[in-house]
Amino acid sequence: MADGGVATLPRAVAPGGASLKRFARRRSTIAFLMTLPLIVVIGGLVAWPAGYAMYLSTLNRRMTSFIGLGNFEILLDSETFRMVIFQSMFFAITAVILKAGIGFWLAHMLHHIPAKGQRKWRGMLLVPWVIPPALSTLGWWWMFEPTYSSINWILNIFAVPSVPWLGEPWWARTSVIIVNVWYGAPFFMIMYLAALKSVPEQLYEAAQIDGATSWQRLRYVTLPMMANIISITVLFSLIVTFANYDIVRVLTNGGPRDLTHVFASYAFQVGILAGNIPRGAAVSLFMFPILAIIAFFVLRGVNRRNREEA
Amino acid sequence: MSATTVPVRQGIYHKAGSLRRERRWALITAYISLIVAAIIMLAPPVYMLLTSLKTSAEVADQSGSPWWVRDPTLENYSALLTNRMFIDFFLNSAKVTILVVAITMVISVLAAFALGRMRFWGSQMLATGVFLTYLVPDTLLFIPLYQIVGGLGLLDSAWGLVLVYPTLTVPFCTWIMIGYFASIPKELDEAALIDGANWMQMLWKIFIPVALPGIIAATIFAFTVSWAAFVYPTAFITTPSEMPMTIGVVSQLIRGDTFAWGQLMAGALLAALPPVVIYAFLMDYYIAGLTAGATKG
Repeated sequence: MADGGVATLPRAVAPGGASLKRFARRRSTIAFLMTLPLIVVIGGLVAWPAGYAMYLSTLNRRMTSFIGLGNFEILLDSETFRMVIFQSMFFAITAVILKAGIGFWLAHMLHHIPAKGQRKWRGMLLVPWVIPPALSTLGWWWMFEPTYSSINWILNIFAVPSVPWLGEPWWARTSVIIVNVWYGAPFFMIMYLAALKSVPEQLYEAAQIDGATSWQRLRYVTLPMMANIISITVLFSLIVTFANYDIVRVLTNGGPRDLTHVFASYAFQVGILAGNIPRGAAVSLFMFPILAIIAFFVLRGVNRRNREEA
Repeated sequence: MSATTVPVRQGIYHKAGSLRRERRWALITAYISLIVAAIIMLAPPVYMLLTSLKTSAEVADQSGSPWWVRDPTLENYSALLTNRMFIDFFLNSAKVTILVVAITMVISVLAAFALGRMRFWGSQMLATGVFLTYLVPDTLLFIPLYQIVGGLGLLDSAWGLVLVYPTLTVPFCTWIMIGYFASIPKELDEAALIDGANWMQMLWKIFIPVALPGIIAATIFAFTVSWAAFVYPTAFITTPSEMPMTIGVVSQLIRGDTFAWGQLMAGALLAALPPVVIYAFLMDYYIAGLTAGATKG
C-alpha cells in the first residue's frame, strides 16, 4: 500500500504538508486521467449496454411500448426455449467436465516425461486453441459431413457403422460437445501444467519417503496444491462455454429442429435474424444470473489466490 | 529394531526396483496418452490441409481414402488469392485488428499503470470492476450493442467493429498488465522519483521496458482475440466487402448446395494463418499471456 513516491517525497520536493497534499492531489488527477479511457470503455461499452439490454427486454417487438416481463413469460412458455435452457446447461456442464478431466490428464502426462521433450509436445497439443474456433469448426463440419465423413470412413474400417453426426439430435449434441472439448482441453492442459510446475518438488520427495503411492501423491499433494487454480479455470471455462456461440453457429446452426441451440445462438436467431430485438435481449439475459453466480465464485478464488501469493 | 539393518536395506532395494518399474510404466503411459492426444488434436487441421490440396473431382470421388491426396494441387489457394472478395476479407481483418491492438495497448497500459502504481480513491474497486468486465461474455452484449452501433450508423462497417472489439480485449489486457507492473520492485520508481522523473517518464522509461514480456503477451492476446472475433462481425456486418476473415470465410465461401470443400478449407486455413504463425514464433509469450490471468492476477 505504501507508495514509494510518497515516502521519498520530502527529499524530492520541499518538505511541508501543503506541497505534499498538492502532490497527492495532482497524482490522483493524473491517475484518473490515465484510467479515463478504460472507464469509458467499461462504462460505455459494457455497463451501459448491459443496462440497456435490461431495458430492451421489457419492450414489445416494435419497441413502442413497455410490456414488463412479457418477453420472459412468453419464452418460458415455449417448448423450444425450455429445450434451449436444457441444452445450454447440458452442453456447458458436460463439456467443462470433459475438458477439465482431459486437460488434467494430459498435463499430468506431460509433466511426467523428460523436460526437454515437453516443449515440443506442448506446442503440438495447444494447436486447437490457437486456430480461431469458427474456422476449425468448419473443418469439423466437413469431417462430420454425412456423405463424405472422414470420421465415419475410419469407423467403417473398424467395422463400426456410420454415425449420423449432425442429423440426429443426440448425436448432434454430442458433436457440438466433441468440438468444444477438442478446442478447450488444451487450455486446461496449459493452465494445469503451469500449476503442476509450481508444486514444490520437496513435497513429492517427502511423500515418497513416507511411502506414498503415486495415487496418494496425486490425492494428498497435487490436488490440494492445485485446488484453487482448478476451481478458477473450471468456473471461468463454465462462463465461456455457457456463452459459446461460434461452434453451434457453424456446426449445426441450432438444428436439427432447434434442438442444439444454446442461449447465444438462440438469442442471435430471435434477436438479429428474426428481428425481434427485445426478445433476443431477453434470451441472452437469461444467462446473466448464472454468470453472476459463477463470477462471484471466480472472484473469490482469485482474491484468495492473491492473498496466498502476497 | 536395533539388529534389523539388513532386512531394512533389502526392503529399500526392493522398493527401489519397484519404483523404477513404476516409473517406466508411468513413462510408457505418458507417451501413449500424448501420442493419442496429439493425433486427435492435429487430425482436424491436417484433414483441412489435405482437403484444401484436392480438386473438387477428387473430393467428390469416394473410392479411395479421404485421408490421402492423390494429385495435390494448389488451385484452391490460387483461386482464393486472386479473389478480390477474399483479399478484402484479409484487409478488413488486418485493419480492424491492428487498430484494435493499438487502442487496447494504449488504454490498458495507461490504466494498469495508474491502477497498479498510483493508488487513488476507488482504484481497488475499479481493478475488481475490470476483472468482472472480463467475465462478461460478448454473447450477452451483442444485442444492445447492435442497437447502439446501429444508432451511431456504424452497422455494416468495419469501424463499428473497431469500436466494439475493445470490450473483448481491454479488460484482460489491463488485468494482466496490472499483474506485471505489480511485480516490478518499488525501488525502481523511488529511484526515478528521486531523479526527478514525472509519472509519464517513469512509465515510458522504466515500466514499459521492464514489463516488455507482459506487453508482448498482452499484445498477442489482443491480436488473437480480435482476429478470431466472431459474434460481433456476424451480428453487425452483412456486406461482404466490409467483412473480416472469420465471418467472410464462414458465410461467403459457403454457397448453394454443392460446397466447394477444397476452397472452403483453403480459405479457413489461410484465415487461421496469422494467429498460428504468431504462435509458432512466440509460443512462450503466448503461453505466458494465457496463464498470466490466473497465476499473476
